[in-house]
Amino acid sequence: MQTTVQRTTPYRVFAIVLLLALVVFFAFPLYWIITGSFKDAQTINSAVPQWFPTNPTTDNYARLFNRPAFTWLWNTIFICAMSMLLTCITATMAGYAIAKKQFAGRAVIFSIFIMAMALPKQVILIPLLKEMSFLGLHNTLWAVIFPTVGWPFGVFLMKQFSENIPGSILEATRIDGAGEVQTFIQIVLPMVAPGIGALAIFTFISAWNDYFLQLLMLNSRFTFTISLGIATLQQEMSTDFGLIMAGAAVAAIPIVAVFLLFQRFFTRGITMGAVKG
Amino acid sequence: MQYTLMEQARKRRNRENLVGYAFMLPSLIFFIGFVIFPMGMALVTSFTDYSMTTFNFVGFNNYLRAFKDPVFLKSTWNTIIIVLVSVPVVTLFSLWVASVVYKMSNLSSSFFRIVFYLPIVTGTVAVTVVWKWIFNNYYGLLNYVFKELGVISRNINWLGDPRYALACIITILLTTSIGQPIVLYVSALANVDPSLVEAGEVDGATNMQVFWKIKWPQIMPTTLYILVITTINSFQCFALIQLLTSGGPNNATNTIMYNIYYHAYKLNEYGYGNAMGILLALLIAVFSFIQFRLAKTDNE
Repeated sequence: MQTTVQRTTPYRVFAIVLLLALVVFFAFPLYWIITGSFKDAQTINSAVPQWFPTNPTTDNYARLFNRPAFTWLWNTIFICAMSMLLTCITATMAGYAIAKKQFAGRAVIFSIFIMAMALPKQVILIPLLKEMSFLGLHNTLWAVIFPTVGWPFGVFLMKQFSENIPGSILEATRIDGAGEVQTFIQIVLPMVAPGIGALAIFTFISAWNDYFLQLLMLNSRFTFTISLGIATLQQEMSTDFGLIMAGAAVAAIPIVAVFLLFQRFFTRGITMGAVKG
Repeated sequence: MQYTLMEQARKRRNRENLVGYAFMLPSLIFFIGFVIFPMGMALVTSFTDYSMTTFNFVGFNNYLRAFKDPVFLKSTWNTIIIVLVSVPVVTLFSLWVASVVYKMSNLSSSFFRIVFYLPIVTGTVAVTVVWKWIFNNYYGLLNYVFKELGVISRNINWLGDPRYALACIITILLTTSIGQPIVLYVSALANVDPSLVEAGEVDGATNMQVFWKIKWPQIMPTTLYILVITTINSFQCFALIQLLTSGGPNNATNTIMYNIYYHAYKLNEYGYGNAMGILLALLIAVFSFIQFRLAKTDNE
């Protein structure tokens, strides 16, 4: 790290002040969601907004969980956890193979992965919808999980991490008579563990927020995710802001907590996915 | 002897292929089944009148229809405005934030990165519904604050007025777009070779010169990556539109992505929807290509 002390120039003071103002602006929506969720109907709909709820009420939450909001939350967690698990398994194996195995067609397959990543994901959603109906998976949680697992970013990320495994170590294990599976589990997995951590948290957060995919694939109150649930609440009762904010808080707080807990891994995932790309 | 060596090499190669594909298999199943196959289907059905009841080959009719469809043209125009505003703003703004933040202590640098990332993590839907409330004509915070400050005298229906709706959407899009570029720029700036910067400072270069002559060329790959991902994200702007305005008023905020959704999901015109999707993919490819060319000439 650099040890040079920053001089306090007028520009620097100005920059920090502006930055702090922006911090308020960027954090404000979350603040407004959380405080709004504790306001009663009268406060919410008054012409003069209340900056902080003076008579906090949990009524909005009670009404929210009377709708099947627990089911929505559970569906979301199931989708995220399964997507995360399957993506980590498939991408770690494939990333290792592309980085370290000299199989025929390796370069071609990798370029197809890269090209697919550059295409807009949403373009394939309509055919995907038809495919899921055909497979009988439409309106099941798997219809959201499988396309998430198929997205090639994970393979790309895990290839980047696998390239750092020294070939000599793999060679030595092979000479010692270890099988491929044993090598993968005992040597490769521990070495790419930080990559798996980054990929896990990255997949979890993006699956939580992949609204468009969920919107197309899920269409009954019992398969809804929390995002779809709030979107529907908003369409049905557009000015019941207290209820809507309670929904938004339930959707946002768990994922923000996950992000804050694991943000170190997350940051590394974003930067590793970009550096050599 | 020679023969057995060759035999061994061949066996080893076969084994390597077998093992390689065994490790690839799970990933390939999902990738081919749920990315490549639907991609192919999108292309094929874009040449048909695929709907609830029909499935006939119609050649380039869908594409010709798109070029004559005023709603598609309007939505393309809106999409391009969104891209042309958000890409430069996101890139420059995140570069500025990163340049202020990257030399701070780990703690404060993390703090700023986290705060700017919050709108993305909070989730599109949660962020959108709170903004919809803030922009609301009667109960919204924005009208109240602007009236108190004397900026406006009467309530403005921000999302219902074609003059303001698109600007509101772009503002929200910006807040959800800059988190990732900031993280990328902070790490890129921290990786700039310090000996080059010192050499520049010894030679008496100003801060501005050090930045544009030494650091800027070194972070060029990051800039290019940010340009491309921001372009793709801006082109795909959908959830904001669907939740805030449904493309209205009078198509003022309609985007290609929303238009595709509307045709395919509400009108069941899958063939036409897929043709517009292919056009969107081509448009993104053209923009990315231009950016690569510009970045290259800039480097030489």
